[in-house]
Amino acid sequence: MAISLTMPALSPTMETGTLAKWLVKVGDTVESGTVLAEIETDKATMEFESIDDGVVGKLLVDEGTEDIPVGQLIAVLLEEGEDSSVADEVAADAPAAKAEKAPEVKSEPKKETAPAPEPKSAPSAAPAPKAEAKPAAPAPKATSGERIFASPLARRIAEQSGYDISQISGSGPRGRVIKRDVENYTPAAKTATAGGAVSLDGDAPYEVVKLSNMRKTIAKRLSESKQTVPHFYLSVDIELDTLLAARKQLNAMSDDYKISVNDFVIKACAAALMKVPEANVQYLGDVMHQFKRADISVAVAIDGGLITPVVRGADQKGLRQISEETKDLAKRAHEGKLAPEEYAGGTFSISNMGMMGVKQFDAVINPPQAAILAVGAGEQRPVVKNGELAVATVMTVTLSCDHRAIDGAVGAAFLAALKTFLEQPSAMLL
Amino acid sequence: MSNQKFDMVVLGSGPGGYVAAIRAAQLGFKTAVVERAELGGICLNWGCIPTKALLRSAEVFHNMKHAADYGLVADQLGFDLDKVVKRSRGVAAQLSNGIKHLMKKNKITVIEGQGTLVSPGKLSVEKDGKKTEVEATDIILATGARAKELPHLKADGDLIWTYRHALVPNTMPKKLLVIGSGAIGIEFASFFNELGSEVTVVEMMDRVLPVEDEEISAFAAKSFKAQGLKLMTSASVTKLDKKKSTVVCTVESKDGKSEQIEVDRVIIAIGIDGNVENIGLEKNNIKIDRGHVVTDEWGHTGVKGVHAIGDLTGPPWLAHKASHEGVILVEKIARDKGNKDIKDLHPIDKGNIPGCTYCRPQVASVGMTEKAAIAAGHKVKVGRFPFIGNGKAIAMGEAEGMMKTVFDEKTGELLGAHMVGAEVTEMIQGYTVARTLETTETELMHTVFPHPTMSEMMHEAVLDAFGKALHI
Repeated sequence: MAISLTMPALSPTMETGTLAKWLVKVGDTVESGTVLAEIETDKATMEFESIDDGVVGKLLVDEGTEDIPVGQLIAVLLEEGEDSSVADEVAADAPAAKAEKAPEVKSEPKKETAPAPEPKSAPSAAPAPKAEAKPAAPAPKATSGERIFASPLARRIAEQSGYDISQISGSGPRGRVIKRDVENYTPAAKTATAGGAVSLDGDAPYEVVKLSNMRKTIAKRLSESKQTVPHFYLSVDIELDTLLAARKQLNAMSDDYKISVNDFVIKACAAALMKVPEANVQYLGDVMHQFKRADISVAVAIDGGLITPVVRGADQKGLRQISEETKDLAKRAHEGKLAPEEYAGGTFSISNMGMMGVKQFDAVINPPQAAILAVGAGEQRPVVKNGELAVATVMTVTLSCDHRAIDGAVGAAFLAALKTFLEQPSAMLL
Repeated sequence: MSNQKFDMVVLGSGPGGYVAAIRAAQLGFKTAVVERAELGGICLNWGCIPTKALLRSAEVFHNMKHAADYGLVADQLGFDLDKVVKRSRGVAAQLSNGIKHLMKKNKITVIEGQGTLVSPGKLSVEKDGKKTEVEATDIILATGARAKELPHLKADGDLIWTYRHALVPNTMPKKLLVIGSGAIGIEFASFFNELGSEVTVVEMMDRVLPVEDEEISAFAAKSFKAQGLKLMTSASVTKLDKKKSTVVCTVESKDGKSEQIEVDRVIIAIGIDGNVENIGLEKNNIKIDRGHVVTDEWGHTGVKGVHAIGDLTGPPWLAHKASHEGVILVEKIARDKGNKDIKDLHPIDKGNIPGCTYCRPQVASVGMTEKAAIAAGHKVKVGRFPFIGNGKAIAMGEAEGMMKTVFDEKTGELLGAHMVGAEVTEMIQGYTVARTLETTETELMHTVFPHPTMSEMMHEAVLDAFGKALHI
């Protein structure tokens, strides 16, 4: 009996997914463990493995199809001895049946959808659905699910040139992409040097950039945050000389690890959240949650956006463990290989732009969290100590707070604790 | 001297001018056309249309001669040249009258007389010695063209004709020499040959219909010869010596051989010259290059408010090109003036202008010839299909002809399509639409062509390019 493959729920919260890429084609033999496809959730790309053995009978969604609901039939696997007409039957049943209904309801839906003759064995039946399935692959390259207007010739030249036709803006009737557009298209941003003078009249020329799922998520979540969360900001300057000396000492002890300032910041935030638990909260409408553990989300800039993997229970972890975990998470974030549970949750966020030379900035809270710390660059600045001018390595941090959950005094208390832990790292040992 | 003011004035009412005027009126411009002769210009009165009427007579006559092939009896065959010509003039008059109605319907003022550009925005129109001044924000020059003549090849309207005289022949020449084997020359050669003239065609290039694909032109040449036409290629007429009622033509071939041919009439069909004279171009600094006005791709001359279209401008010199240019130009002017309804406006793509020649067999083509495609760097796939393989063609008794397609091997772009045979002029448009839509061989292969039609050959010629032809 044919096996229905449906859109898997790759994380507890996943509701829809994008079929990024098929890694098998109709006719391929697969076994348990074979990777069938890459599926993109809102933040990560995951591999979808087969749990059965069989032959791929039909792929029902095109590569690039977005927002496929979890549970929707996406492919049919044939078991030994079954021919492809069975796949058609299962496919025809798709909306109603989640699984194995094929043989029973054979008669009715089949007549509409499968023109091939009835008998399973007839080899003549095979070519029919095959021919039907084939053109489906190259023709609608509509990656976003919306129809792209392009001439057949433009599509073919784009395909041969390895261009994504959806990235090419059309100059034909009603914006249809035509040969000329593909021939004039340069995948990289076009500059004035290419074709001489760029016209300075009218609207500035632009290229349409498709929104990735990540970009859509960032846009949605952060707009929601800025529009619904009443932000306020508190900044303090933190002297780092003691911390830097301690870091130097620690790193000199072994080559097995290399602790960064950021690792200290994570650790210190966790410690400060333990000391001021009123800041380790989430506002949920009628109640608040006050967390007993500091799960620190660390913003990592990656290609096309950012992601916030979570260092869980950072309050209970040593610097070395925090350092190793952060490195590993960041590396896998860059590769797009984080599991959803690795970037979901978190009770507090840190966004560190110090390494990019930013002195001070205000971060947008990552809901449902209630606070985020924006970390600037550590730099030598003149400071006044005991009435004397001196030089110290100073870093400005800014805490963005959700005023519904955290008042100014709580934020200030948190920053005071943080300042203590960063200026006197040994205090964290207490 | 009266004075009239318009938004747009079109100088010339040929297929470029009158169409431009209609489109302008549709777009709300107060429009006028200035015409010194008949409405409709050369095309309707002295070109495309009356020649088609003559050629239709020739075709019917040809069919009458072959009545027996169809099981029909036709005795005492003959023709009355005056009546043939009268019919042709009647057709032209009917259509010219139709233009008059179109002008009226669209509230376009028709100003009769010879128009001259005084300055941008101003025209002077002279009729019967009286001058009128006409003002217009935009002026479209569409004065067309006339037969090209050379010092040693000049028409006199009596023994030596241009197309204009040939359309109203004063006699049925027993012997006729046609200089030039382009569309005009070969159509007249075909007409007079059908009615019994002994026709010689002299062509400077190495083949007749030299703009067509080589294979098509060779096919046509073979057919012409079989009909009794004498074709002299790589040759030119160096001297026309008029006698009392004949002309002695000196024809020199490229290899230096000289020959004298005495004929009753000569038709000069060596090309056209734009009507650039006496319309005020020079004093308004409008650029002229080799007898034609230079414009940008929209038809702007570079002088503000002065535009030009059609045969007066660059090639191809075809009525349908002129009409299309007229529409595009007027829409461009409207858009520049802020008309937001004008969308998707593009200059004409000259590669997509089909060409038709109504000799027997007919010739039609669009896009590049095989040779031109290869010269342009394409690796090509070529498909061919003969009329003899088509049921409808055989049933029609028209089994002579072929279709040819040229595809880019890599992209599947239909680079060109070429046809020779009965009714091909009515079929080329299928390939023209395909080219305009940028279809590849795939869509053409997936198109269902009706049976039984000669258009099935269009399908087969595509299939053949990819080794999939069925009826061959």
